[in-house]
Amino acid sequence: MRPFTYERPADVRSAVAAAGRPDAVYLGGGTNLVDLMRLGVATPRTLVDVTRISSRAIEETGGGLLIGAGVRNGDLAADPLVRRAQPLLARAVLEGASGQIRNMATVAGNLLQRTRCPYFQDVTKPCNKRLPGSGCPARTGDHRNLAILGHSEHCVATHPSDMAVALAALDALVHVEGPDGARTVPMPGLHRLPGDEPDRDTVLAPGELITAVEVPHLPFAARSRYRKVRDRASFAFAVVSVAAALDVAGGVVRDCRIALGGVAHVPWRAEAAEAALRGAAATPEEFARAADAELARSSPLPGNAFKAPLLRNVLVRTLADLAEPAEPAGFAESEPVETP
Amino acid sequence: MNGETDITGAGGVPDPVTADLRLSVNGVPRPVTVDTRETLLDTLRESLGLTGAKKGCDHGQCGACTVLVDGRRALSCLTLTVTADDVEIVTVEGLADGDALHPLQAAFVENDAFQCGYCTPGQLCSAVGALAEAAEGWPSAVTPGLSAPPRLDETEIRERMSGNLCRCGAYPGIVAAVGQVAR
Repeated sequence: MRPFTYERPADVRSAVAAAGRPDAVYLGGGTNLVDLMRLGVATPRTLVDVTRISSRAIEETGGGLLIGAGVRNGDLAADPLVRRAQPLLARAVLEGASGQIRNMATVAGNLLQRTRCPYFQDVTKPCNKRLPGSGCPARTGDHRNLAILGHSEHCVATHPSDMAVALAALDALVHVEGPDGARTVPMPGLHRLPGDEPDRDTVLAPGELITAVEVPHLPFAARSRYRKVRDRASFAFAVVSVAAALDVAGGVVRDCRIALGGVAHVPWRAEAAEAALRGAAATPEEFARAADAELARSSPLPGNAFKAPLLRNVLVRTLADLAEPAEPAGFAESEPVETP
Repeated sequence: MNGETDITGAGGVPDPVTADLRLSVNGVPRPVTVDTRETLLDTLRESLGLTGAKKGCDHGQCGACTVLVDGRRALSCLTLTVTADDVEIVTVEGLADGDALHPLQAAFVENDAFQCGYCTPGQLCSAVGALAEAAEGWPSAVTPGLSAPPRLDETEIRERMSGNLCRCGAYPGIVAAVGQVAR
């Protein structure tokens, strides 16, 4: 590991100033960054530890929840407000990583974690994301777990977060402080498709620091589900995942939110599927039609072509479960809040 | 921090940066000088003589290095020591009360919850943290609803302990031991 200086700025302003130096990076929980440093993938000269200055509060605002960037993933999923108002978010977080890692990882760090593409993590291999212009061996190599949607000739990596998939479905807003002041970045929209710049995971400018994530209230949040398919029962990244919320009345889909994980460089908001569903009958046939509308945009590679039918089946089944009258495994509106 | 000088060093190779810290481990203040690159796992084992926490994968995937940080289970292999100077660290060495084993330690013995024992310190610290989380009402991925307190049956224990691998396959004993203390 390359030597680095460690700084613990006193406030957000000095953190942003410190991060403006060359090869300075923010440190959150470190669950991904420390590993990447050990692998030689990340070689910062300065670590700017923002864990002491990032908010760990979760508050109700007029229109939703404001979640501090420093909230640990474990605390997020356990929070009574989140469990009651945003069960989809709680469920997605609980599906990710292990208990230990959830206790360490922060909300901002979760959003900014890097791909687990095997070539990105192996410094002996070319990778356009790690070393622009060096090539992408994944296209002809091991891409079983990589993207089928929105990839480019330069990169087929996937974004590994479960939490981000829920946030993309829920129209979350990412609050950012940077050298040029504060701004808000909508999700989806924080993460970017690889195009010819796969080294850029997000639209954030150098030095910009995530300070909070705002999740607007969703009237039909109680009817939502996060469904993840992985290679073992727990503690594995998604092969494919679906975050969905459905508003059904009189057998017709009034509104819906769908985002997909494990299939793209970004948490993929399924806009085509949503458009196909709004106003459609809440039937398995219509759900399949919506899935097909989304998959019409996919371009699987030989080693991950199985993801297309897998995703179709998982999406149709998830929507069908949500369309049933029984309350899904969320937090029913009328239930009292369990105070830990 | 002792790294006020240019870390580029001679010949472009950056000089190591060190920091003087006072850790708190198992309730005891432990002054230590560390390289900023050092992980808590290496500091515990190499500088403080606490070899209970084990180095398995060193990538956060096996859980053998699990310790408690401010009461929460965490991976010491992914924790830079320099970040841990203002937290309370408890390792497996800090679980027993003198000669009296922690209830989980006793239950592991009673239920044959290990074979080679390499993963056991991490399993124990993880179980302590998992039981505390459950007692606070934290749901897991397999908890049926998000409102009712979790019931720690086998499915729950397996999910909550999934960050700790045991290559001997002592899982039935581990699940039984954790379940015994949870009741």
